[in-house]
Amino acid sequence: MKHFGGVNAVDHLSIGIQEGQITGLVGPNGSGKTTLINLLSGFFSHDNGEILFSGAGRKKIFPWENQIYDITRTFQQIRLFEQMSVLDNILVILTERHPFLSLFERHTSYHLKQAEDILKRVDLHEKRFDNAFDISYGQRKLLEIARVLAMNTNIILFDEPFAGLFPEVIKKIEAIIKELRKEGKTIILVEHNMTIIRSLCDHLIVLDAGKLLAQGKPEEVLSEKIVLEAYLGE
Amino acid sequence: MEYIFHILIIVSIYGILALAQNLVMGQTGLLSAAGAAFYGIGAYGAAILATKFGINIFFSLIFVPILTGMIALVVGTSFARFRDDYFMLATLGFLMIFNTVARNWEEFTGGAYGIAGISKPYIFGFKLETPFSFFFLAFTVFLCILTLHYFISRSSFGRVLNAIREDEDALSIFGYQTSIYKLLAFALGAAFSAFAGVLFASYLTFIDTKLFTVNESILLWAMIILGGIGRNRGALIGALFLITIPEILRFAGFPVELAGLMRQCIYGLLLIFLMLYRPRGILGKYNL
Repeated sequence: MKHFGGVNAVDHLSIGIQEGQITGLVGPNGSGKTTLINLLSGFFSHDNGEILFSGAGRKKIFPWENQIYDITRTFQQIRLFEQMSVLDNILVILTERHPFLSLFERHTSYHLKQAEDILKRVDLHEKRFDNAFDISYGQRKLLEIARVLAMNTNIILFDEPFAGLFPEVIKKIEAIIKELRKEGKTIILVEHNMTIIRSLCDHLIVLDAGKLLAQGKPEEVLSEKIVLEAYLGE
Repeated sequence: MEYIFHILIIVSIYGILALAQNLVMGQTGLLSAAGAAFYGIGAYGAAILATKFGINIFFSLIFVPILTGMIALVVGTSFARFRDDYFMLATLGFLMIFNTVARNWEEFTGGAYGIAGISKPYIFGFKLETPFSFFFLAFTVFLCILTLHYFISRSSFGRVLNAIREDEDALSIFGYQTSIYKLLAFALGAAFSAFAGVLFASYLTFIDTKLFTVNESILLWAMIILGGIGRNRGALIGALFLITIPEILRFAGFPVELAGLMRQCIYGLLLIFLMLYRPRGILGKYNL
């Protein structure tokens, strides 16, 4: 449970996510989708309840513990290291996490090759020396995806990765997400585009006012009357 | 010639301070006003050790920066929850506390009268009394700090500091405990400033609290903003420029009593001009 002042953003929500599947998270604006992503990634702390990872429960998750729980995420509003190069945005993810050890580490040709391979995968290799704030909106979205690929975690939370993109970039990101599913990653995808939801998701969870409205296979859930009402009104 | 070496010594000392401020503010994005406090702790530490215990400045150059770094670790731990403007206000508060303690703890600091008679460094019976010999020491220390700073900037640690400046919350999502990195950068910056403080106290042979006020912290801010945030070359150009301006003014025929005031006005005008037309500074790559 999570509330902001008098508003319950996530309200007595109890859901399970299957390993190795893509779980879609949909709902009207303000239904608590991003808040849930923020709770799962430790960006917000929950007021009540527990989050279980492979059966182990945690009352509070700190953001830096994501590496321990094998989680990474993207943001609804893109958050890059703006005044750093595209390449540095990736290298910073690939390097040593221990502060003292990182003092004595320089990026090696191994790190560089890894970063360049990831950038090639998202078609950003040619932009690798540009600053993050100098690239286009679509490329910025792709750079966020590239950081997720660099983290190489088993659980990935995508918060509206397709919002405001041209069809060719959407296709590119769709292909990457499908590849990640093939690799056995567990993915939670917040999205409003139902065509994409139908094409990508194995399981769908619908939220409304922070509560669970429906869940199940996408085709079945999206034809339920309460879901249609929540989206389209009575 | 002695005058030239005097200028070079002061530029070396402020070069060290500018590098320290650049590490904390330029690279990590911590708006610290405590630069003058750690500079002062270094100076007072060396002065007290030299005048009360007769300890050689060379020893202070090792011991005092370590002690200052440890003080910064303690202070920084309590500041860990603050960010941006709040961090700046907290560090400003620390600077005020340092000044008050230094002004009132007369037994050790000499209070408002300061500490006089600080010895020059000596090694193998040779005292570094001439500006030339002292410049050799100051410049060597400056080069050591510059090398160390370069090593930090080029390491993974340096890249993480840059990412903290850009978006600390986003970085923490990727498994970084950013508060530890910030604390280490703060402590390293404090230790660097203490090197400058030790050199300054020994060179001047006299210090008092008026030398380590908020004006000094603002001067350090001005140096890195003028030269270019986040770049060592920028910080050094800023230091060179702002140290030599008053000397140039002196030769331009300004009365001595007006030169100080003019210097303050020029600093202020430069900052306003830069914010309007070149917010990244002369060589800067980054915005504040």
